[in-house]
Amino acid sequence: MSIKVHEELSYKERVTDGVENDFMRQAVSSAQERLKKGRLQAAEELGDWEDWRSLGEEIRSHTIEHLDFYLHQLSEQVEKNGGHVFFAQTAEEANDYIKNVVKKKDGKKVVKSKSMVSEEISLNEALTDIGAEVVESDLGEWILQLDDDPPSHIVAPALHKDREGIRQTFADKKGYDQTNKPEELALFAREQLRKDFLAADIGITGCNFAVAESGAITLVTNEGNARLVSAIPETQIAIMGMERIVPTWEELDILVSLLTRAAVGQKLTSYITSFTGTRLENEIDGPEEFHLVILDNGRSKIIGSEFQSALHCIRCAACINVCPVYRHIGGHAYGSIYPGPIGAVITPLLDGYEEHEELPYASTLCAACTEACPVKIPLHEQLIRHREIIADRQKRTPKLERMMMAGFAQWASTPAAYQLSAKMARTALKPWSKDETITNGPGPLKDWTVNRDLPAPGKQTFRSWYKQREKEKKHDN
Amino acid sequence: MKVSLFITCMCDIFSSNVGKDTVELLESQNCDVDFPEKQTCCGQPAFNSGYTKDAKKAMKQMIKAFEHSEYVVGPSGSCVGMLKEYPKIFSDDAEWYDKAVELANKSYEITQFLVDVLHVTDVGSTFTGRVTYHPSCHMTRILGVKEAPVKLLESVPGVELIKLPLGEDCCGFGGTFSVKNSVISGEMVKEKVRHVEETKADYLVGGDMACLMNIGGRMTREGLDVKVKHITEILNTR
Repeated sequence: MSIKVHEELSYKERVTDGVENDFMRQAVSSAQERLKKGRLQAAEELGDWEDWRSLGEEIRSHTIEHLDFYLHQLSEQVEKNGGHVFFAQTAEEANDYIKNVVKKKDGKKVVKSKSMVSEEISLNEALTDIGAEVVESDLGEWILQLDDDPPSHIVAPALHKDREGIRQTFADKKGYDQTNKPEELALFAREQLRKDFLAADIGITGCNFAVAESGAITLVTNEGNARLVSAIPETQIAIMGMERIVPTWEELDILVSLLTRAAVGQKLTSYITSFTGTRLENEIDGPEEFHLVILDNGRSKIIGSEFQSALHCIRCAACINVCPVYRHIGGHAYGSIYPGPIGAVITPLLDGYEEHEELPYASTLCAACTEACPVKIPLHEQLIRHREIIADRQKRTPKLERMMMAGFAQWASTPAAYQLSAKMARTALKPWSKDETITNGPGPLKDWTVNRDLPAPGKQTFRSWYKQREKEKKHDN
Repeated sequence: MKVSLFITCMCDIFSSNVGKDTVELLESQNCDVDFPEKQTCCGQPAFNSGYTKDAKKAMKQMIKAFEHSEYVVGPSGSCVGMLKEYPKIFSDDAEWYDKAVELANKSYEITQFLVDVLHVTDVGSTFTGRVTYHPSCHMTRILGVKEAPVKLLESVPGVELIKLPLGEDCCGFGGTFSVKNSVISGEMVKEKVRHVEETKADYLVGGDMACLMNIGGRMTREGLDVKVKHITEILNTR
């Protein structure tokens, strides 16, 4: 049970796999460009995008500051609406509760709509273990389920696959015999999944936002599958991270406006579904039984910490869609179901540094993520904060690096030492320099020169030129 | 107007010509330029690697070096951007916070200073050539300088400015990232070079020597014939 992906491989191996996967890189870069363009266009059409972002930030920050109040309000409302609420502190507690519900209902078939939190706790495995058949109904998730492949993106989980790969999967696993045209593939999936919707006794959804004042669970999708999951099965379970909450419908309106634009460049997605639990007497659809599982799993530790704003995340993936590192290595390289910049920030918070220590360094700190975030999370600054914890506070970095940095501090705080070494740099690197160029440098420079040349330090430092010029000036006067 | 040059350690050691061009450019705009000798490095290599304590030693040295300066101007969006972050870094240090604010408030990147403070866009450059401009990440996103370099380049009559596709994407330098994650860094710079090639420009111009050294280093490795210039070299052509 964990948020880890491909944990059998080291970070380096995962990166190499990513970089060498031409199909994935092609799929990811074209998706990134499409999604980025869509977001910018949607932001421009809306107008005052920066004001919207500030509003989004304000709402998220207020909600997290008062999370205890809103969680209490939400749970009271859900219960008032006839639902059951369970606060799960750990992944195990959440899975146990859901397993019990399924067992009690003698559930044979579970149909799910997309939920990253359910991935985080490995819910599918837990349910399969008790003999239930679990079917993912989000198209991307379904493809991955057939392939036994983890998601590589938080909004478009199968982003790393192209349509030929999908055709192959359908052919191998479901006997599909048509072309790789998206329309044909989608129609096939629709026909297959329709049977599952009708036969399922349990429906499980995620939750984009829970509205505290009404107890409504809101789902944002483009396929309408969440609507079927929440309408057909007699028993329904929604699972949410404890931070996925808004105070009222008014804030929901603003955050959904930000989410759909930031995620896919749409004014609205095709389906935005809000439901308030069980079927009432005068209603014609909805489940007989409704359970809301609110998951902590490490989130409450983040409240009050320097990373609190990471909980503002609305899972739009805008940061992932602009990240140049993600483009070249893909989602699986991060080793977490939460990849990209936000994944590099929250994965070590939720699952510790031990196995995710490389993630805060998987960024050039170019800040494209921070600029794209619709709720203004300072992602690149949080990555630096992680590095500070790893290097300065927990002293987990290699000894040689620590010595080099201490040397740097000494060098940069002693002008005489700095000046001398600046003057000496050219001579020091002379053995490796040829025609003013270093093509195979020593020590850490080797990692630089593996991909590109390094110019040899100049014949004269700036400051010696400047000194000479001042002298000449005085002389002239 | 009295201006202190912030040379940046990279230009001091690797590209002194950028410093010379910056000095001459400022002097051509009637600035009285001095060079506080006690300056070293802004501390970014340590800060971005998480060694905040070590970085602060460098930062304090920089604060002291520019204590008496009226304006501090440097040829790097990234290094000046670092100075602008000092107040945040010293926010819990009563002794240094005010000084950090003072330095941050009087510091400018060279193109930002020319356009926003001196209100000049035509600096009288006689440079001619097909140019593409790489807007480096820290210049645009940390410092927020997007328009100034473009305005200055557009005002040079002989410059044919060609837009760099996906210019806003990082070149893959990222300080220690380029050695710690050299595989990814290598892929990023290769992609950047492909985009530079697409423009068919003769010159790649930028406002940060580190990024230019990265992209330029890859271009020489591939044997491409695109010349790399810091923006001050273009602007100071007479």
